[in-house]
Amino acid sequence: MDHMETLPGGWSVEYSYAMGLTGVKFFTALKEEAKIIAPKCPKCSLVMLPPRSFCERCFVEADQWVDVGVEGMIQSFTIVPIKFESLPDPPYAVAYVLLDGAGTAMVNFVKNLDLTDIREAARKLAIGNRVRVVFEKERKGTIQDFHYELI
Amino acid sequence: MRQRAAIIGVGQTPYRSHQNFTIPELSQQAALQALEMAGMTMDDIDAIVYSMGPSQFLGVNDPDKWCVDSIGGRHKPFMRIHTGGATGASAAQAGFCHVASGLFNTVLVVGADKVRECKDSQQVLNTIWDPFYERRFGLTTITMAAFQAVRHMHLYGTTEEQMALVAVRSWGNALGNPLAHLKGKISVDDVLKSPYFCWPIKKYDTCPSSAGGAAVVIASEEIARKSGRRPAWIKGCSEFANTVFLGDQMGGRAQMDFADSDILAMAAAEAYRQAGIREPAREIRVAEMYAPFTICELSMVEALGFCGKGESGRLNEKGFFNREGRVAVNPSGGTLCTNAIAIAALARICDGALQIMGLAPEGMQVENVRNVVCTGEGGSFQFHAVTILGADH
Repeated sequence: MDHMETLPGGWSVEYSYAMGLTGVKFFTALKEEAKIIAPKCPKCSLVMLPPRSFCERCFVEADQWVDVGVEGMIQSFTIVPIKFESLPDPPYAVAYVLLDGAGTAMVNFVKNLDLTDIREAARKLAIGNRVRVVFEKERKGTIQDFHYELI
Repeated sequence: MRQRAAIIGVGQTPYRSHQNFTIPELSQQAALQALEMAGMTMDDIDAIVYSMGPSQFLGVNDPDKWCVDSIGGRHKPFMRIHTGGATGASAAQAGFCHVASGLFNTVLVVGADKVRECKDSQQVLNTIWDPFYERRFGLTTITMAAFQAVRHMHLYGTTEEQMALVAVRSWGNALGNPLAHLKGKISVDDVLKSPYFCWPIKKYDTCPSSAGGAAVVIASEEIARKSGRRPAWIKGCSEFANTVFLGDQMGGRAQMDFADSDILAMAAAEAYRQAGIREPAREIRVAEMYAPFTICELSMVEALGFCGKGESGRLNEKGFFNREGRVAVNPSGGTLCTNAIAIAALARICDGALQIMGLAPEGMQVENVRNVVCTGEGGSFQFHAVTILGADH
C-alpha cells in the first residue's frame, strides 16, 4: 500500500432524549411497580412492545394500557462472543421474546446462562423455548430494569 | 413516465480497506470514469444526485456539501439521498426519476464511502437503534443478520454449511472482479472454522468495511441512443419500506416474518411489473444483490422469486446461483466481498449495467445477459430497492 498520512480525530456528543408520554408511562410502571405494561390498539387490539403512542397498522391512538405477562416465548436470539467498541463486554446473549399477552416481541439480555460453549448455549435458546422476566431489585427507569432468564 | 432513461456511463474506484484519498477525491475519480464512458464532460450534466449514507463512518458530517465542487455540482441542481445501506439504489432511483420525469436529460449519480476510517463501524451502527428500548443490548447489523439466520434455520432448516457456501461462491466470483475488496479460493470448512461474531454468523458470513467511490450517468433515450454504446435501460425501479421493529416480524401478530425478505418481494413485484418480467428465474440472467451477510442472500433470492421460500440453501448447493447456473448471483462478488456502504447499492447497479453493456471484466462477464436485477437494502433490513436493467426496453 502507498504511504498513507492520516489525521487522528473523533466526535463526542452528549444527548438528553425526551422519552415521550408513552415512554414515561412505560418506564414509570417498570420502575415503580416492577410491571411491564403495553398500549393496546382500540381498533385491532394489537398489544405493542416496545410501546408506541399509536397503532402503526390502524393509525389510531393507542391509549388503552394492559399488563403483559412476565413469561414468554423466544422468537429469535443471538450470542455475541467478541468485543465491539463501546458495546457490552462479551459474551452476551440477547433474545426477542413474545411476552404472554403481547402481539409483538421485545428484545433484552438473557442472563444466568452459561455461554462458554456457544453451540450448547444456542441450543438452549431455541425459538419456542420459554423465558421469564426477572426484574432488577434497584430499578432506574430504563429498559435494563429487567432481563430474561430461561425457565 | 415522460421519457425512457438508460445508464450510459459507469465508474468505480478499486475498493480496499483504506484509501489514500479524501471523500471528494474518491467521488471525483468515480464521476470522471462514468463521464468518460458516457463520452461526456461535467458541462454535459444537468443535475447531480449524491449517494451518501450514514456519515459517521467517515467522520465528516454531511460530506455531500464537501463534495459539491469535486463532482461538478457547483451552480447545478444537487441533492443528497440517504436510506442507509440502500442509499446507492435510492440515489439511482432519484436519478432515474429526474430523467424519466422529463425534468432533466442527463444526471450524474455519484458517491463514496470510507467505512474503515472509524475505529469500529458497529459502534456507529448500534446507534441506529432507539436509545430507550433497543440500543443498550449491543445490537449491530451483525446481530440483525443473526436474528434473521436463526429464524430462517428454524423455519426452513437452513444450515450454517449452506450459508458458508454463499461466502465460498462470492469470494470465488470476486476473483474475476479486479475492483473487489476481498476475494479468494476459500472452502466451506474455512468459513465454518472462522470465529463467531454473533451466533450463527461467523467472520466469513459478514461483509468487509470498504472504501471506494461509484458513479453512473443516466441519460434520456435521445441522448442514450447517440452515446455510441449499448445502454443499460432502466426498465423497472421500485423501493418499499417496512416497520423498524424487528420484534414485529416474529411470531405473535407478525404480518411478515423476519426470516423472509417480504418487503423485497413487494419491491420486486412492482419493478417486475414495470419491466414486464413474469418469470424471474427464466428472464433474469444476473442478480447483483446488496446482501452484506450470507443469510441475507439466501433470504433475498427467495424474495426475488428465483425459488420458493426455504429452497435457496438447497438450490445454492446445486449450483443454481453460480455464474454458469440458472441465475448468476453476484458475479462481481457482491456486497459480501465489498461494502462501501454509501455506494454499495450503487455498485450493484454499476456492475449490473456493465453486464448489460458487455463491458464487465472478462472474469466477471456473464454470457447473453438481457435482464439484470440489482437490489439495495437499508435500515433494519427495512428499505428494499429493486432496479431492473435491460438490453432493450
